[in-house]
Amino acid sequence: MTSLPQTAAREEVLARIRSALGSAPQAVEVTRGYRTAGEHPPGAPQLLDQLADRLVDYKAGVTRCTADELPAAVADVLARTAPQGRVLVPPGLPEPWTAGVDVLRDDGSTSTGTLDTVAGVVTACAVAVAETGTIVLDASPDQGRRALSLVPDLHLCVVRADQVVQTVPEAVSRLEATRPLTWISGPSATSDIELNRVEGVHGPRTLEVLLVTG
Amino acid sequence: MTTFLGLPSVGQAPARSSPGVGHLQGSESFPTAARRALGDTQLRSNIGRATTTIRGKRARVVGEVPDWEELREAGRTLKAATMSRLPELLAQLEEQVTAQGGTVHWARDAAEANAIVTALVQATGASEVVKVKSMATQEIGLNEALEAAGIDAWETDLAELIVQLGHDLPSHILVPAIHRNRSEIREIFRREMPGLGTELPPDLTDEPRELAMTARRHLRRTFLRAQVAISGANFAVAETGTLSVVESEGNGRMCLTLPKTLITVMGIEKLVPTWQDLEVFLQLLPRSSTGERMNPYTSMWTGVTPGDGPQEFHLVLLDNGRTAVLADEVGREALHCIRCSACLNVCPVYERTGGHAYGSVYPGPIGAVLSPQLTGMTGDAVNDSLPYASSLCGACYDVCPVKIDIPSILVELRAQHVETAARASRLPTPEAAAMKAAAVAMTSPVRWRLAQRASRLGRLLARGSRTGTAGERRIRSLPPPLSAWTGTRDLPEPPAETFRERWAREGRA
Repeated sequence: MTSLPQTAAREEVLARIRSALGSAPQAVEVTRGYRTAGEHPPGAPQLLDQLADRLVDYKAGVTRCTADELPAAVADVLARTAPQGRVLVPPGLPEPWTAGVDVLRDDGSTSTGTLDTVAGVVTACAVAVAETGTIVLDASPDQGRRALSLVPDLHLCVVRADQVVQTVPEAVSRLEATRPLTWISGPSATSDIELNRVEGVHGPRTLEVLLVTG
Repeated sequence: MTTFLGLPSVGQAPARSSPGVGHLQGSESFPTAARRALGDTQLRSNIGRATTTIRGKRARVVGEVPDWEELREAGRTLKAATMSRLPELLAQLEEQVTAQGGTVHWARDAAEANAIVTALVQATGASEVVKVKSMATQEIGLNEALEAAGIDAWETDLAELIVQLGHDLPSHILVPAIHRNRSEIREIFRREMPGLGTELPPDLTDEPRELAMTARRHLRRTFLRAQVAISGANFAVAETGTLSVVESEGNGRMCLTLPKTLITVMGIEKLVPTWQDLEVFLQLLPRSSTGERMNPYTSMWTGVTPGDGPQEFHLVLLDNGRTAVLADEVGREALHCIRCSACLNVCPVYERTGGHAYGSVYPGPIGAVLSPQLTGMTGDAVNDSLPYASSLCGACYDVCPVKIDIPSILVELRAQHVETAARASRLPTPEAAAMKAAAVAMTSPVRWRLAQRASRLGRLLARGSRTGTAGERRIRSLPPPLSAWTGTRDLPEPPAETFRERWAREGRA
C-alpha cells in the first residue's frame, strides 16, 4: 500500500502541517505539577481497602485471602460464581492456584468458539491502581493472550498486595508500553440507555477479584 | 519563469490545506435547526435529564482529585507541545508502528481515507466489518462508503447500534442515542432486529438491563465470526507506536482482539509525545467523560503481537481539514480536544437544542468551534452560524479537561465571520451598517439628541406587545426587520423621556 499516491499524501499532509505552524513554531514547555505518586507505598493496607472499595462500587466481587489460602479461595469463588463447566487458565498460571479445579490450560490454540463455552477464566495481573479501582493485564504468561479474559463470562483475577499502587502514574511507570495492555475497572458496563448503568454487556459480565496479602 | 514566494512547496502543489468534508455540516443553519429541536418536548426532556445526571456524576468524581487543576494544566501544555512538534511526532509514530509490524497510511481528506479503508477491507475478502465507536469514521462517512462498496459495517457500541438501527444520526459525542428514551429504543429493536436474525421475546420490556442483554445477544455472533474490525483511537503514543481505545462495554475489546485484521482511523491531532503522557490523559478523560473514576476497559496495542489479537494492523492518519485549523493561531486550540463531551453536558444551549441542531458529528460548544474551522467559513455557509450558538457563559471552558478556551475561540470566529461576510458581499452587513449609523449619531451632540428622541418611537412600535410593569416594561416583538432581534430576545422599552431631557427639567426645578 505504500504506492506513489500514498507517498504523495504523506508528503502533502506533512507539508501542510509545517506551513500551518509557520517557519519557527514556538517551543512549549510541559508543566507536570500533578502527583506522580501517592502518599502510601505499594501494598499499604489503606490502598488495599481503597482498591476493594472502588471495585465493589463498580459491582465487582472482592475476596481477601493469604497466599496459603489462595487455592481454597479460588475454588470457593469458582464454586459460587461458576458452579458448572470447565475453567480456563492461561499457560503460565501457577498450577497450585487451581489445584482441585477442572481446568483447561490454553496453549494458544483454543478457538474463540471454545472460549465462548467455558464457565470462566482465572488470571493474574500486572498492576492495580487503588484510586481508580483498576486492574491492568499485560498478557504475561500468567495472564495470557487478550481473548482469554474477554470471551468467557466470568473473570477471576488474582491481585497480589505488592502489585497495588495508589495512582495512575505509578501504574504507567510499571508497565511496558509495547505489550498488549488491558485496563479493567469493574465488569463491562453501559450507560447508553437514559444514562442508567447496566453492568455486564460484551466483556465478562462478572468480575471477581482475589486480593492476596501476606 | 516562476517567482519564489518563500512558501514551502511539494512538487507542483503548494501546501495549502483543503477544507474537511464528510458529516461536518448540516443542511440548515443552527437557528433554523434549533427552532425545530426546541419544539420537540420529548427530545428536550430526554436530553435535559441525561445532561443533569452526568453533570452531577462528573462534579463528584472530579471533586475528589486533589491535583485536578495541575492535571488540566499538564493536559493543556502537553497538547500545545504536541501541536508545535506535530511533523516529527507523526513521523516517529509511523516509524514505531511500522517497526512493530503495522502499516501506516495517510489521508488528505475523507474521500481518500474512505478509499484506503475500502481497499484494505476488499483485500481481505471480507464482506462485513465490526466497528468500535469512532468519531473520525463518523466524520468521514465511512459506513456509507463501505456500504456503497457492498460491505456491511456493524456498529457495536450500544448507543451507536441504536442510532444505526434507528436510521438516525448521533446527537452526543459520548452517548450518541441520548435523544432516545427506553421505550423508543425498545421499538427500534422490535422493528429492526428480527430482520437481522435476532428473535426477540414477545414480552420484551423497556427495562435498560433487558435491552442491553438483547443487544449483547444480537452482537455476540457477529463478534465471534468477524474477520475485520475498524476502530478510531483515543490516543497514539509517538515514542512507542502504542494506540489506545477507551470504552465501557467490551465491544471495543471484542473488535480489537478477535478479528484477523484491524484498521484504525485516527485524526493527526490525537497524538501524545511519550508513554508517560498517558498518565495525564487516563486521569482526565474518564472523569470528564462518563463521570467515572475510570472507564471499565482501556485497550492499548502496539503494531502486531504474534499469537495475540489481529495479525494485520493498519493505521490511517487523517487530515480532513485539521491542518487548516492548525493554521489559525487562536482556533488551533480546538485540536486539543480529547472528545470527552463534558462541554456538551454543561452547555445551556446544547441542553435545550440537543446535538442534531449543530448539523455536524461534533455538536455542542466544541463542535461550534471545531466544525466551522474544519469546513471553513465562507460568509454564507451553514456552519457560519455555529460560532453564534453560544451565550458565552464560559461553563465549557471551566469543565474542559485540557482547558480549551472555547469562549475566546467563539468570539474570534464571530469576528472572522463578520469580516468574511463583508468581503463576500458588496452590501454592508447588518453589523457594519449598525456600527456605522451609531458612529454617525454619536459623533455629534445634535444628532445624538435627535437619535435618542427617535428611540421613543420604539414605544409606539411596541404597542400591544409589551409585558411587565411601568419602568421595567419589555418589548416582546417588533416589526421587520427589527423582528430578527426580538425573535429570540425581549427589548427594554425605551423611556418616555431621555436622560438629557430629564437632567434639563430637574436641573431647572
